[in-house]
Amino acid sequence: MHNSDHKKPLIQIRGLYKLFGKQPDKVMSRVHQGESKDQILAATGHTLGLRDINLDVKAGEIFVIMGLSGSGKSTLIRHFNRLIDPTEGEILVDGTDITRFSAKELESFRRQKMSMVFQRFGLMPHRTVIDNVAYGLSVQGVGKAERLKKAEQWLDTVGLAGYEQQYPSQLSGGQQQRVGLARALCTDAEILLMDEAFSALDPLIRSEMQDQLIGLQSKLQKTIVFITHDLDEALRLGDRIAILKDGELVQQGAPEDILLNPATDYVEAFVKDVNRARALTVETVMKPPACRITAETIDEALSQMKKTSEDFGYYVNDEGYQGVILQQTLEQAVQKGSHKKVTSILIETVPTIQADSILESVIPDTLDTDYPLPVVDDDGQLQGQLSRSSLAEVLGDVSIGINH
Amino acid sequence: MARESWVTEFPDMDRSDLIALRKTLDGAYREFSREHGDLIESFFDPLLSFLVWFENLLISSPWLLILAVITGLAYAASRSWKLCLGVVCSLLTIGYFGMWENTMRTLSVITVCTLLSLVLGIPIGIAMARSDRVQKLVTPMLDIMQTMPAFVYLIPVVMLLGIGKIPGVIAVVIYAIPPVIRLTNLGIRLVDKEVLEAATAYGASPWQRLWGVQLPLAMPTIMAGINQTIMMALAMVVIASMIGVKGLGQPVLKSITNQYFTLGLLNGLAIVALAIIFDRVSQAYARRTQKHLGGAEHA
Repeated sequence: MHNSDHKKPLIQIRGLYKLFGKQPDKVMSRVHQGESKDQILAATGHTLGLRDINLDVKAGEIFVIMGLSGSGKSTLIRHFNRLIDPTEGEILVDGTDITRFSAKELESFRRQKMSMVFQRFGLMPHRTVIDNVAYGLSVQGVGKAERLKKAEQWLDTVGLAGYEQQYPSQLSGGQQQRVGLARALCTDAEILLMDEAFSALDPLIRSEMQDQLIGLQSKLQKTIVFITHDLDEALRLGDRIAILKDGELVQQGAPEDILLNPATDYVEAFVKDVNRARALTVETVMKPPACRITAETIDEALSQMKKTSEDFGYYVNDEGYQGVILQQTLEQAVQKGSHKKVTSILIETVPTIQADSILESVIPDTLDTDYPLPVVDDDGQLQGQLSRSSLAEVLGDVSIGINH
Repeated sequence: MARESWVTEFPDMDRSDLIALRKTLDGAYREFSREHGDLIESFFDPLLSFLVWFENLLISSPWLLILAVITGLAYAASRSWKLCLGVVCSLLTIGYFGMWENTMRTLSVITVCTLLSLVLGIPIGIAMARSDRVQKLVTPMLDIMQTMPAFVYLIPVVMLLGIGKIPGVIAVVIYAIPPVIRLTNLGIRLVDKEVLEAATAYGASPWQRLWGVQLPLAMPTIMAGINQTIMMALAMVVIASMIGVKGLGQPVLKSITNQYFTLGLLNGLAIVALAIIFDRVSQAYARRTQKHLGGAEHA
């Protein structure tokens, strides 16, 4: 996943409130006085959908908004393109407050800037697949030949070439959502809103679609706002995650932050059932290498090793990480009377792992090897080590907070 | 104790007052129709000339040509030879029993009435679907149009425009228009919210949403409304014949007054045959064009 901390926010939401009911303006004062959602509903019949939402979405990131049903997440995403108008607050896209747009400006904003993928696909049953994909362009008034050509390319990209003349009802759920995705991509909009886009699909198809989205994103670098109720999905896709509860944001941050440092009991309860082996990467769990051996001779190596409490060390020379040396091996060599250079005979090879691998993929190697596995980067440099115990710790009892 | 009190007797209006009220209202309306009748009649003149022209066209054209055209239309709509065969057989039978001319008259009135109902009804239905206020306003009017006995609203129409084709058409349209209005409204309101949202999210204007999404998706329901409207227009033929609309209704009316059972039955059956033709053809058309909406062929 891409770290996009340095990029400027593309979408900024400031002090956003949404109150559903007949006279939201009159009831807003109660909201500001801090009355609870239930109190307001009981006293006025108005439902507080969102309360004081502030968030930034950076260009090129996948920003996941997560919450259970009724948390207001679908309401929130519909504010991004004003399918729902806020009661109060600002929505800045590229620095322009879209809440002040006139109907015409809003139309052209929706055509150029944002596209949307829906939970139940939102495809037009009376149009063929290709016409559905080209819908955004046809609304813009793009000529038929041109828009169909473009739609065909996108259909091909999502793997549905050959289905052009079918109707949506003839496709399976996963295929229909691919059409939905192709339709969203076909307008070349910079921002992609995905409202529980994969929630209606069965698990296997869902993870296939997630892979496809990640693959597409690495090529296209869109700004994606993704809504989900599934934390596993949020952790898998999100560069950053915001958690919504009863219309309020309870925590925002990188996936690891949410997972390892839940801000409230609510988030913690959420996080409890997450498959951490799949959600976390080696980087978040690895520790600095306990013993790094750089000595050229066996004696020096032994003394380096004795300074630490370990009975093994990672041998590193100018070309980077070479392998593991055991104290036992060195001592045997000394007993045999060898005090010469460390040679490759003394070095044992163990599997190496990479910092950005997910934990699940390194579990077998970690369990099979007697020593903590070395974490090595692309240039062959030693970055850290992953021991069985730290793996067990992070995958085991959730109540143990792990700070890195 | 008084013999009469408001407890035992309904405290009704004084008889003379009631008569005065009726006289005033009737007088006022009569005044109105005398003053404006001609103007209103001239307003309907183009419609009348179209009606006369269309009726003459159907009657004076060679019957074989008409038969071919109707069968051609039926085939174009339904793509079913079986249905076309049925249409040919029933029309031949009608002609054989000497009802060709009356059938053509009825056909022309029904066609015009249906077209008029659609032209007026669909926009009203759309307006109702777009605004709850319009819906609140129109719904009770539709209720009145559907429950008020047809004879009652024939009276003012006849007072205003006299006896003839135009009042007949107005009466038929009043009677037949509610289903198409109601079902257009219903159909548009039932359009999948997410599909409409999708259109909005891609920047479709209200007009693009109406033509590109709402109307096409509401079409099955609207077609059901059109079908009902045609059926009700046909049912109205006999009543319309009482105010001078020529066609299959008049022989039926004659048979009621003279107790000609067979004549009534034959003409009644001809109306039924027309109804079945309209119904089957329009339904086959709807089914054929909206096959993909059903999703029956899901893989």
